[in-house]
Amino acid sequence: MITDKRLLRAEPSFRVLAKLWRVSWLYVLLICVLGGVGYGALYSAGGGSAKPFAGPQSLRFGLGLVMMLGVAMVPPGALVRLAWPLYAVSLGLLAAVLRVGHVGKGAERWLVLGGVQLQPSELAKIALALALAAWFHRAGRARMGNPLFLIPPALMVAAPVALVLKEPNLGTAVIIAAVGASIFLAAGTRLWQVALVLLPMPFLARIAYQHLHDYQRARITTFLHPESDPLGAGYNIIQSKIALGSGGMWGQGYLHGTQGQLNFLPEKQTDFIFTMIAEEWGLVGGLSVMALLLVMIMGGMLMALRCRHQFGRLLALGISMNFFLYCVVNLSMVMGAIPVGGVPLPLISYGGSAMLTVMFGFGLLLSVYVHRDVQFGDNEA
Amino acid sequence: MSRLFRSLRRGVPAALGFAVRRRGRLIGRPPADLPSRGIFTRRALVLMTAQIAALGALGQRLYRLQVADGRKYAALAENNRVSTRMLAPPRGRIVDRFGIALAGNRINWRALLLAEETTDVPATLDRFSAIIPLDPHDRARIDRELKHDRRFVPIVVHDFLTWDDMARIEVNAPDLPGILVDVGTTRLYPQGPITAHVVGYVAPANERDVAADPDLALPGMRIGRAGIEQFHDVALRGTPGSVQMEVNSVGRVIRELDRRDGIQGDTVALSVDLGLQQAVLGRIADQAASAVVMDCRNGEVLAMVSTPSFDPSLFDSGVSQAQWAQWTADTRTPLINKTIAGLYPPGSTFKPAVAMAALQAGTLSPTDRIDCPGYIDVGGTRFHCWAKHGHGSLNLHQGIKFSCDVFFYEVARRTGMEAIAASAHLFGLGTDLGIELPHQRAGLIPTPTWRRSHGHHWNGGDTIVSGIGQGYVQVTPLQLATYASRIATGRAVQPHLTREVDGTMQPVADPAHWPELGLPEAHLEALRSGMFAVVNEAYGTAPLARLPLVGVQMAGKTGSAQVRRVSRALRESGHFNSARLPWEFRPHALFICFAPYDAPRYAAAVVIEHGNAAAEVAAPLARDIMMDTLTRDPANRKDAPGQRVADAI
Repeated sequence: MITDKRLLRAEPSFRVLAKLWRVSWLYVLLICVLGGVGYGALYSAGGGSAKPFAGPQSLRFGLGLVMMLGVAMVPPGALVRLAWPLYAVSLGLLAAVLRVGHVGKGAERWLVLGGVQLQPSELAKIALALALAAWFHRAGRARMGNPLFLIPPALMVAAPVALVLKEPNLGTAVIIAAVGASIFLAAGTRLWQVALVLLPMPFLARIAYQHLHDYQRARITTFLHPESDPLGAGYNIIQSKIALGSGGMWGQGYLHGTQGQLNFLPEKQTDFIFTMIAEEWGLVGGLSVMALLLVMIMGGMLMALRCRHQFGRLLALGISMNFFLYCVVNLSMVMGAIPVGGVPLPLISYGGSAMLTVMFGFGLLLSVYVHRDVQFGDNEA
Repeated sequence: MSRLFRSLRRGVPAALGFAVRRRGRLIGRPPADLPSRGIFTRRALVLMTAQIAALGALGQRLYRLQVADGRKYAALAENNRVSTRMLAPPRGRIVDRFGIALAGNRINWRALLLAEETTDVPATLDRFSAIIPLDPHDRARIDRELKHDRRFVPIVVHDFLTWDDMARIEVNAPDLPGILVDVGTTRLYPQGPITAHVVGYVAPANERDVAADPDLALPGMRIGRAGIEQFHDVALRGTPGSVQMEVNSVGRVIRELDRRDGIQGDTVALSVDLGLQQAVLGRIADQAASAVVMDCRNGEVLAMVSTPSFDPSLFDSGVSQAQWAQWTADTRTPLINKTIAGLYPPGSTFKPAVAMAALQAGTLSPTDRIDCPGYIDVGGTRFHCWAKHGHGSLNLHQGIKFSCDVFFYEVARRTGMEAIAASAHLFGLGTDLGIELPHQRAGLIPTPTWRRSHGHHWNGGDTIVSGIGQGYVQVTPLQLATYASRIATGRAVQPHLTREVDGTMQPVADPAHWPELGLPEAHLEALRSGMFAVVNEAYGTAPLARLPLVGVQMAGKTGSAQVRRVSRALRESGHFNSARLPWEFRPHALFICFAPYDAPRYAAAVVIEHGNAAAEVAAPLARDIMMDTLTRDPANRKDAPGQRVADAI
């Protein structure tokens, strides 16, 4: 066993092998299991073939796994130094994508850099969590009570939210705002200050609704009354519900989901992949996947609680919240609980940009866990 | 002032949490640190509770959707209201070597009738035929389909509407309830009969085809029934698209939801030069004839003409009984591609192949002389030369130049039929050349073995007549052109028509793709110089084939193929004149050639059915064709002559 003492002595350049020893391999295993579920689902979405989805996706997963372990080796000091440049880059990319980005399916914007599609809003979530954790990690209770101290981080949240709203991608903007809010909360912001920000929200939402694009309003109305337009905007939700219903308790059987395999189900390899899993594997399969996701979210939160420095705690909490919000928004969407918006199910849906940023996030999470006992910043050791 | 500034410098960063130092001395420090872990833990636990609650609620919702209300949604899944229909993709185009369309697609605007949308179907049809006349035949078909189909299935009222027709329908739309205009495609052959035999034609698929490929059942889908259309059918077909429609419980289309157009089939570019093809067709005029022009270095077929021809677009909509009867009754066989399926005795054009067999077997050297007294006696039978009084003493060069029959009777007798057949096969005669067209025939080079396998005896005389390409010997014009190419180049070139499929150049276009025949250059040169003499030397048999050019010469060989045995009595009576025979008994006129003589690039073969005199009919035709070929020079051009200019305009 490696004791904390030996680790501390080895800091700041303690050896990679010792760090690898401290990686939570159980968590890595969970990630791989989820990746495996994704492979199986994409294999089915490809009509029982590794082409065109499952094969490329597993390649990206492998790449992501290597990158994740690499990031896990980076000490918190370096992460703090990395936080600001990364945040600046992500803001720059968000601004760039507004000017030169490609628009697909109404809202999602991406850049093509060297043949790779990049969705800057994915990167922005991670960069924001890093930057906020770096900002708050030295703050004690007294400083948290100072409104002046809270204004810069509030602007840090507002900037990417505004840029993403302008894209316009409502779903992602809400996720970014929620990640920011959770870090504010966990860092110890006074509850009355939180209430001061949250209470006017309903009024702001009403004003925002006036400025929404027509297709976004259509999403909200069809969400409220899907039967009003069964073959237009409500089509996705209804087809998804029909597919879930046809799955029943035990499912139609792998590769035998009628709605998915017959292409009634739209976007079955991306947004609606969970519907396909639940159709083929039934309630049992659907709940199993949800339980797996919950275990991973809780694992991330426990890593946050276990960490001995505030930077790590906040970073781990932000990453876990991001992963949680991804899952909840996607699942709510396919079950018709919130309006449809292009949010994929992390690690399962087909798509490179989301996969790589999620794996980058897990890398940061594991880095927090690896360096959980390192003395860092001016917090108590 | 400076104090205020100093206090601001110290105070603001300190409030934001920065330690402010000057000259290494701490002048502003952040507020004392307080343990933040307790607050973090409490609030993180609250967030975790919220996370568990959220996922729990979603799990409960999933249970409701899948199990509690599942039955309702499962029933919806059973009769999902969306039906998918496949759409036929546009068929791939066929173009000539310069990209000029030989087969394409034509937009077909048709008027349809939806019976359920009109209260009085006959009245609607009457008003329609007042605008656009319907013949009684069509009217009967519409009535039949009306009885047969359900009221919401559209029935075709009129195909191929013109722009004016559509305008008239639009103007009268209020009077024509239930009439709607729809668009489909039909196959279009802009060159019509010019390339009909090469390109072939399409027709709707029959039940057997549909069993093999269900996509063919789609309305508008066609299958190649002849020519390149049949050979490259799979590449030309394309990938079907689909249209999603909302349908009600009885299957009536309510509206279209999503449409994915099919992917057009590959474009097939042929080696044929349309301009040359047209020119050759023009020279042949209305004779029953066939001609093949090849690039003799790589085997590309530049022109393939078979006359009379037919209009391939007639097959798409269905050939009428009368038209079919007319085609099949015509003794000049318009539907048959004579260049690949017409079998003719090669006549004297066979002689170079016989000579090569003898040179290879060692039974003849280029300098050996044979005496021709006008006849030869073999096994008690006398065989005559075409020159009644004989040619005297001849060597090989002269034998070919004068096309002396006795010379080749003797050569064939010495060499034997098996060796002659091997030589002919090496030149491509009597073999399957594998060109990309269906229904090609291999022809026949008879051998004693073949004759015995059919239960007959091989006579010595059979070898003799085979030596001048008569008897059982049967070849196609394409084989003759290949034969000329192989003599000219000494390579085993095979004729082929496909240059590019979907923009990919085929490897056969490279001359180096074709292996050497393995014949000594001296022997090939002996044949070539004999064929040169036929055309260019005094007293050669085909002076009319001489090119009117300086420095460019053609080598060739005539051939007259008897279709009826001429009796000795008739020949000796001195009154025999084949020109006085009825047309179908006159001999075929053949000519094979290649040019330029010193650097062969093009080879051609022409066969004029019952053309009678090869030297007077076939030789000048071949000359004209070769002149056109050399002038256009398709093998060395990137665009058709005049094409650039036309494009610019």
